[in-house]
Amino acid sequence: MAKRSGGPSNTEIDMTPMIDMTFQLITFFMFVMNFSEAEQDDRIQLPSSQLAKPADGVIEKPITLQLTNAGSVIYAGELVAVRDIGAYLEREKTLMIDENREPNSATIIVRADGRAKTGEVQDIIRICQEKGFERFALRAQYDDRR
Amino acid sequence: MARRSSSGLTDKVEINMTPMIDVVFQLMSFFMCTLKVVSPEGDFDIRMPIAAAAAAAPDDQQIPPVRVKLSAAPDGSLAAIAMNGTPVADFDELRKRIIALVGADSGPNSLAEKTEVEFDADYALKYANVVKAITAVSGKVENGQVVELIRKIKFTPPKKG
Repeated sequence: MAKRSGGPSNTEIDMTPMIDMTFQLITFFMFVMNFSEAEQDDRIQLPSSQLAKPADGVIEKPITLQLTNAGSVIYAGELVAVRDIGAYLEREKTLMIDENREPNSATIIVRADGRAKTGEVQDIIRICQEKGFERFALRAQYDDRR
Repeated sequence: MARRSSSGLTDKVEINMTPMIDVVFQLMSFFMCTLKVVSPEGDFDIRMPIAAAAAAAPDDQQIPPVRVKLSAAPDGSLAAIAMNGTPVADFDELRKRIIALVGADSGPNSLAEKTEVEFDADYALKYANVVKAITAVSGKVENGQVVELIRKIKFTPPKKG
């Protein structure tokens, strides 16, 4: 037969350490969270470079073109063939002109996979040049190994 | 004067912690789920207007660009490097040749600032090799400090084949 204690037992768990730890975890996740709007895609394996240090300033309204290993461009989340990006860039150019901005003031961020063909990167640059863009940022992963 | 409760007993107000803990755990789950570990990335800035080749009129002040040829093996790996037609063993040697050509000074009006490097890479060459070549010519890391070399970089038009 089960034994019963004389009165109702009132065991209170001390919640303070758990709440402390939870708040510390939240703070940690808030700090490490990436709020930047930079377009990044996991399909791209960027080449690494010791000199590719993160820029001090923020590039204003950049156009990001990501070249995959297979030779397709990821533009605004869509997979596009290299030869077709001209039409999309034309649209960007029209938008920029509407906002009284010159295409040559915009920066094209080229996030190309390290295994992609150099010629395809050059093709992208050539198409951009034909549309009036002339500032390029070749993106690489910062490698701090000595 | 301090007031005392009429009953004479101390009131123990217990705050109900359950909603707060619920919210805190939800917040934590949100941050954990949206966490994306991002490795730091950097840029090599290049300015390449389309008319640059045509507009490059001969100028006494202008230094002819240093041509770096990067040849590809059939599998896309790097087969050979040449600087102004002379073979170069690797990227470290390319950097040494660049330093020998322009000097270590990279301040305003220095030779390093005026000199331009033109990369002529094979179409099928893996892009990682080009980034290595750009790294070799654009600077070096000395005691944790970046020493800049050449900043003007351009590419020859792509040649398919």
